[in-house]
Amino acid sequence: MKVLVPVKRVVDYNVKVRVKSDGTGVDIANVKMSMNPFDEIAIEEAVRLKEAGIATEVVAVSCGLAACQETLRAAMAIGADRGILVETDVELQPLAVAKLLKALCGKEAPQVVICGKQAIDDDSNQTGQMLAALMGWPQATFASKLVIADGAATVTREIDGGLETLEIKLPAVVTTDLRLNEPRYATLPNIMKAKKKPLETVKPADLGVDVAPRLATLKVVEPAKRSAGVRVADVAQLVDKLKNEAKVI
Amino acid sequence: MAILVIAEHDNASLKAATLNAVAAAAELGKAGGGEVHVLVAGANCAAAAAEAAKLAGVAKVRVADAAHYEAQTAENVSALVVALIADNAGDYSHLVAPGTSYGKNVTPRVAALLDVAQISDVVAIESADTFQRPIYAGNALATVKSADRVKVLTVRTTAFEAAAVANEGGAAVEALTAGPDLGVAKLVGRELTKSARPELGAAKIIVSGGRGLGSGENYHKLLEPLADKLGAALGASRAAVDAGFAPNDYQVGQTGKIVAPQLYIAVGVSGAIQHLAGMKDSKVIVAINKDPEAPIFQVADYGLVGDLFEVVPQLVATVS
Repeated sequence: MKVLVPVKRVVDYNVKVRVKSDGTGVDIANVKMSMNPFDEIAIEEAVRLKEAGIATEVVAVSCGLAACQETLRAAMAIGADRGILVETDVELQPLAVAKLLKALCGKEAPQVVICGKQAIDDDSNQTGQMLAALMGWPQATFASKLVIADGAATVTREIDGGLETLEIKLPAVVTTDLRLNEPRYATLPNIMKAKKKPLETVKPADLGVDVAPRLATLKVVEPAKRSAGVRVADVAQLVDKLKNEAKVI
Repeated sequence: MAILVIAEHDNASLKAATLNAVAAAAELGKAGGGEVHVLVAGANCAAAAAEAAKLAGVAKVRVADAAHYEAQTAENVSALVVALIADNAGDYSHLVAPGTSYGKNVTPRVAALLDVAQISDVVAIESADTFQRPIYAGNALATVKSADRVKVLTVRTTAFEAAAVANEGGAAVEALTAGPDLGVAKLVGRELTKSARPELGAAKIIVSGGRGLGSGENYHKLLEPLADKLGAALGASRAAVDAGFAPNDYQVGQTGKIVAPQLYIAVGVSGAIQHLAGMKDSKVIVAINKDPEAPIFQVADYGLVGDLFEVVPQLVATVS
């Protein structure tokens, strides 16, 4: 069974982004880039499936600039067997990525695609669901547990108010939530090994996909800042303020 | 031209988030989107549909009642929505769903099948085709314009007031022919956290605990009496959830729930960026933390530096 895992190169989660003064976007020049944390969980899960003898091959895919090769190498250092880069300079929106992944699913025929539930840059939370729809496959989003047996996946999902367990037929798309697993640190030998693993580059045109953006970003601004209030000395003063000043209790 | 809202419900009643989605749709209607229709897809869901018909701004409720919508799986519901939009070709210019785990699960499937973009987590409607949404965990707000023939949006529920129950006569309720059961996903079970407290997303007051509480036992022992006294919902930081102090659906933050209550009391929460992203729109924020440098104080209206193990019981005793 083959598992496909899309990975996105995003601004590192520790970086506090700044909005550009001309309002065209956020400043990502000279900012540390990393693999989207939810995608790291997706790769880890796929590699664990391989280690458990359920998956036979883990293929990592990244769509975007040539620099996404680093992200693919990072995925291979965790344990992906090979990488595919869909290289383009065009700004990719979730629907375009889903179409690129659909084309690759057609070529690679994976039984499971494991995606991060959302990327921490655009926070869209769409690509996995869109891919499942385009393929006509079932989906299980926000997974905190994944069990694969007998051509089906049993997935525990994090939903508002608790947990839900779904059984979906394979092939299918699963998207990861935070508590699915804790990704391993790539060891130096594995980082070295990853450099020798195969990495194929294709263009969106090779896959016959139009990736032109559908949404135009008109402007990007900083949200209104919340300023620090006052320090209170004790509980009595706090309760007094809440009652008489803020009038919230 | 009309706007279709996907209702989130448990067959017996609407989820609170649906009211916010309807309010957003009504605002969109005023911006030129047309009248608001609500889709209720479920099994034996007449009560939920009747509730939707009473909401201010709703012109029509369309109900698909069939056994295979009981669990409201993304596959079956999205197929129904796509067919409904296709059958009314050109009538629906907008699709709106609440930005909850349910809406986020279903809506992108619909958008992909319609071959249109989705605009996630809309916080402001500027016109019928231009919307504002947060990116980078709320550290920036982007204004985006859609040229697609159907605009598909999920809305951040805290950004729109709940629609009022104002239409006592009730809008027309129309039954739809159910779509096919795709039979590819089966609900095995749900484990919902049982609580007598208000729902986190709809609560007026939230008492939230962080790693500073030290253990799950302390979390419950200290925060529950305070929450009970205030009639508040309980929340938690990601650190507290990861440490097992509280269940995962208590998590407030960019990757958990986004909340905006009247009063948010953060106890032993340091204030990581991703937590702040989930609660900084609260009207009044109180921070109780022993570390005077904790980032949570930078957003708190009232900060109390002190040992939470002393302060919280005092607070319970003082609040009448």
